[in-house]
Amino acid sequence: MTIKTFEELKETCIKNNTEIWQTAQLQEAQIHDITVEEFRARVNKTLSAMKEAIKNGMESSVLTNGKMGGFDCAKQKEYYKNNPCIYGKLYEKILCYSLATSEENARMGRIAACPTAGACGIVPSVIISMGEIYNIDNEKLINSLIIAGITGQIISFKVKPSGATAGCQAECGSASAMAAAAMAYLFDCDTDKILNSSALALKNILGLTCDPVRGFVEVPCIKRNPFMALHAASAVEMAKAGIVSVIPIDDIVDAMEQTGALMSSDLKESSRAGLAKTKTAIVMEKACFTKKYYSALKE
Amino acid sequence: MNEASILDIISPVMVGPSSSHTAGAVRLGLIARNIHGENIKKVKIILYNSYAQTGEGHGTDKGLIAGLLGYKPDSTIIKDIFNSQDMVSLEYRFEFRENFAKHPNAVDFIFEDDNPMTISAQSIGGGEIKVCKINEFDVSLDGKFNSILIVMGDKLGAIAKITSIIQKYGANIATLNCDRKTRGQNASLVISLDNEISADAIEEIKKEISPHLIRYVKKLEY
Ligand code: SF4
Repeated sequence: MTIKTFEELKETCIKNNTEIWQTAQLQEAQIHDITVEEFRARVNKTLSAMKEAIKNGMESSVLTNGKMGGFDCAKQKEYYKNNPCIYGKLYEKILCYSLATSEENARMGRIAACPTAGACGIVPSVIISMGEIYNIDNEKLINSLIIAGITGQIISFKVKPSGATAGCQAECGSASAMAAAAMAYLFDCDTDKILNSSALALKNILGLTCDPVRGFVEVPCIKRNPFMALHAASAVEMAKAGIVSVIPIDDIVDAMEQTGALMSSDLKESSRAGLAKTKTAIVMEKACFTKKYYSALKE
Repeated sequence: MNEASILDIISPVMVGPSSSHTAGAVRLGLIARNIHGENIKKVKIILYNSYAQTGEGHGTDKGLIAGLLGYKPDSTIIKDIFNSQDMVSLEYRFEFRENFAKHPNAVDFIFEDDNPMTISAQSIGGGEIKVCKINEFDVSLDGKFNSILIVMGDKLGAIAKITSIIQKYGANIATLNCDRKTRGQNASLVISLDNEISADAIEEIKKEISPHLIRYVKKLEY
């Protein structure tokens, strides 16, 4: 039986005296009818793709497809050259890596959707930054990605990770909860604190809409990735201090489902409201259509 | 279908920016290639609605072509596909249309080569796809299994004959879907297999029931 709630996940871990990643990898091996090693090899493939996307993104300043971004990671890097980040190296890395990955996505680079392409910078930036700063070995990073995975999976049983279904809370919000779980684990938090980190992160983004300008995964998506990654870090800081979410994570997922259902479809990936219909966005939209019409005439 | 897995959450590894408009487009191209056959010389591609409007910025056009050429959704060549060597032997053109009776992310592949054929399909989200029409025949195919696709007159006992041939060739039927609007009309049959089946089996079915259309469509690996 697949674990469907965080409560079940916790109980299973207590019953079998396992950590979350162990519980998760056993279950996955069963689902796919493969060995635990084979499963971990697949997770490692994703992890490698994430590292590569960061590397590529950190070196590029090529415009994105929609031409609304692609230069911000380079700017941030340049700034840090002379102005070391006052919040520390971890903050700096998370910020740059998440920007790098989502810009890479928007310029048609190779990324791992996690849980979606629009939210692809959040989980990797946290895991890879932690790995680099604290010299964590690859096996432990794989464990953390497995933990992020089962967190996203359990959320997805109630709320599909798609802006069209439930708004951006379901994409970047879920990713933030996933990243928080991974990061808490990498800080050696116990099961309760890991779940609590996810809860705090998820609770704080309920209601986030999806209103991408011109329908591209660029504005607000690219800059939202670093925000959501650092949002995860704040949740972990609080959880480490023993701060507890009054509403437990399973309830928060229920609330997210309900909030998504009540959200107008105009704010769910249709670009019919919000940022997508601001004065500036409309001007940009018109300029592009004219250009497209023009090039069609030329053919 | 498999139960939702952690691997679905932390992947696919793909070329951005959008699972439906980019990865989905590559998979649409790939399945069209699996249905038509690899030897593609000339094709017209019609993009509808959202695919037509925002497709260019999402690399939908590049994705579709890359798929037709057999590239996977994570091939880094997709970005530069129009400049690649493979393009030399492929004649193609795009048309953009609005038709709200169609799915927001709908596409028609019109092959105009030795094997003329029209395939209508759509990208239904998260990179998942659906083929809904081949020539004038309604079908339903998602690329998750190796499948035998058959459009035939509504002949008595045909299904029994087909399944016995499949069994004879040692293939396992996972699901069998038959779609027929009214009695006596054409029926379209999609038989999903757990394993592979030889070309001989397809030939034998062809001889036995002389269908309007029969295709063995390999599943999409990605
Ligand atoms: S705003 Fe919409 S398209 Fe952008 S990342 Fe969020 S859910 Fe995805």
